[in-house]
Amino acid sequence: MSNALKDMVKEVALEARELNKSFGGLTATDNLSIEVARGEIHAVIGPNGAGKTTFVNVLSGLLKPDSGEILFAGRDVTLLSAAARVRQGLARSFQITSIFRDFTTLENVMLSVQAGQGHSFRFWAPTARDKSLREPAVDLLERVGLGDRVDVTAGNLAHGEQRQLEIAISLATNPSFLLLDEPMAGMGPEESQGMIDFLKVLKGSYTMLLVEHDMDAVFALADRITVLVYGKAIATGTPDEIRNDAAVRAAYLGEEAV
Amino acid sequence: MEFKNPANILTVMVVGLCAVVPFLAPALGEPFYVIVFARIMIWAIAAVSLNLIMGYGGMISFGHAVYLGIGGYTIGILAFHGITSAWVQWPLAISTCALISLIFGAISLRTRGVYFIMITLALAQMVFFLSVSAERYGSDDGLNILARSDFGVSFFDLNDKLTMYYTIFGFLLASVFVSWRLIHSRFGAVIRAAKSNDTRVQAVGLSTYTYRLTAFVIAGVMCGIAGLLQANLENFVSPDMMNWPRSGELIFMVVLGGMSTVFGPVTGAFVFLMLSEILSTWTIHWHVIFGPFLVLLVIFARGGIAGLLTPGRTRE
Repeated sequence: MSNALKDMVKEVALEARELNKSFGGLTATDNLSIEVARGEIHAVIGPNGAGKTTFVNVLSGLLKPDSGEILFAGRDVTLLSAAARVRQGLARSFQITSIFRDFTTLENVMLSVQAGQGHSFRFWAPTARDKSLREPAVDLLERVGLGDRVDVTAGNLAHGEQRQLEIAISLATNPSFLLLDEPMAGMGPEESQGMIDFLKVLKGSYTMLLVEHDMDAVFALADRITVLVYGKAIATGTPDEIRNDAAVRAAYLGEEAV
Repeated sequence: MEFKNPANILTVMVVGLCAVVPFLAPALGEPFYVIVFARIMIWAIAAVSLNLIMGYGGMISFGHAVYLGIGGYTIGILAFHGITSAWVQWPLAISTCALISLIFGAISLRTRGVYFIMITLALAQMVFFLSVSAERYGSDDGLNILARSDFGVSFFDLNDKLTMYYTIFGFLLASVFVSWRLIHSRFGAVIRAAKSNDTRVQAVGLSTYTYRLTAFVIAGVMCGIAGLLQANLENFVSPDMMNWPRSGELIFMVVLGGMSTVFGPVTGAFVFLMLSEILSTWTIHWHVIFGPFLVLLVIFARGGIAGLLTPGRTRE
């Protein structure tokens, strides 16, 4: 198959078309379009206040866009709730760790496994003895490196461990697509490297949109990068293209990474 | 479950006491305590139901007593019109509570925090004022119920004191057991998780609204059962049983006993009502002692009685 033909059949996993979102007078997302191909890691970078988290919130359904549309696996999901999008396979993680702090690590993931198994209108059987919840949850915790922390209350985990749990909760819903909002936020260099390695393992099994501040992580992981400034995409391309883009250097990379 | 911790021992003692009071109280020359305990158990059922949504679900309903009223008035109004069969009264009381709590929940659960508290209060007061204005059914004087619910069988007659008492006792045990099962089920996990982090529950693919609403209806029905028992016990219903101070007392019983503990509301109801009973025999100004006591308990025992008696456990 020729390269041109490959590109033509390249499947688009997630597409945003001309999204707009403003808060009062502040335009957080400005006519933003993006295409994420199946299987790739697509990074979104930008200075503070560029509207990265707003973008993730709009894509995941926590915020409704003022205009524009979102297609996931070819289907228009713009009007679907956050929960309904997750059920279609579009999972997300949060920049500010969002876990159930008074649940144990295992219970956190079990809830997510349970959600992936359909409705939870089951009122009688105790979950603690439910192998169909427990086993996948334990497996997943072992995969993210929390296998020996299953019975610890999540609020008592170290920050890095909570970030790992955050990812485990997202993975437990059986997604095909991961929206990762700064998975390395607040991590030390060693923990960050661990997370980069883990995301490399996930690559291939999941399509990912990765919002990240850590440039080493972005250039180590991303197939393509979109640069956001004031809610606008000023460039999209491969890591090399982005590194050498004059507008990007001026707007963003110039300060830290030339 | 830990049976060695003092909070659970207290609960077992309270439940055990409830079980033997009909024999113990007359033997001690205090037969009056049989009805006191029957009342306490009814309040305990209502408190257990409130704890489901408030303690585990974080939904602070300030109008929960309305379901006592609706359950009670369904019995009262049907009896007033000569319909005393329990087979008609009880299903009707339960389905009326289910319907009203579905409507009230659907409205109030669109809000959070203080707004939720105010809307549940407003909706409940609406029903309260409706009952006050219902002249046919006694307005604020209330409505006497001339005959208790009739099951149509000789071996189960609520006019028999022991049958009445142990029916209430049975419902109390059932309400505790049902709430224990609910809380530890998949459904309960969603409710508890939504209290802790609603956004995260949605982000794993569950619509929290539907689950919260279901819990709200279950709690409404359970409290409605307490109401229909109260109507039968007292042979009387009045608007006062669903006025807002009753809802406040229910909240207090739950907090006092220990929120989000299965048995907490039972001990909470017991301590709250026994204290007011005992203090009021000492002096007519008993509120002067009761009020500060409750305030101190909330300040110094944030987990309620269960928290106070459970070593090493801290609750928010």
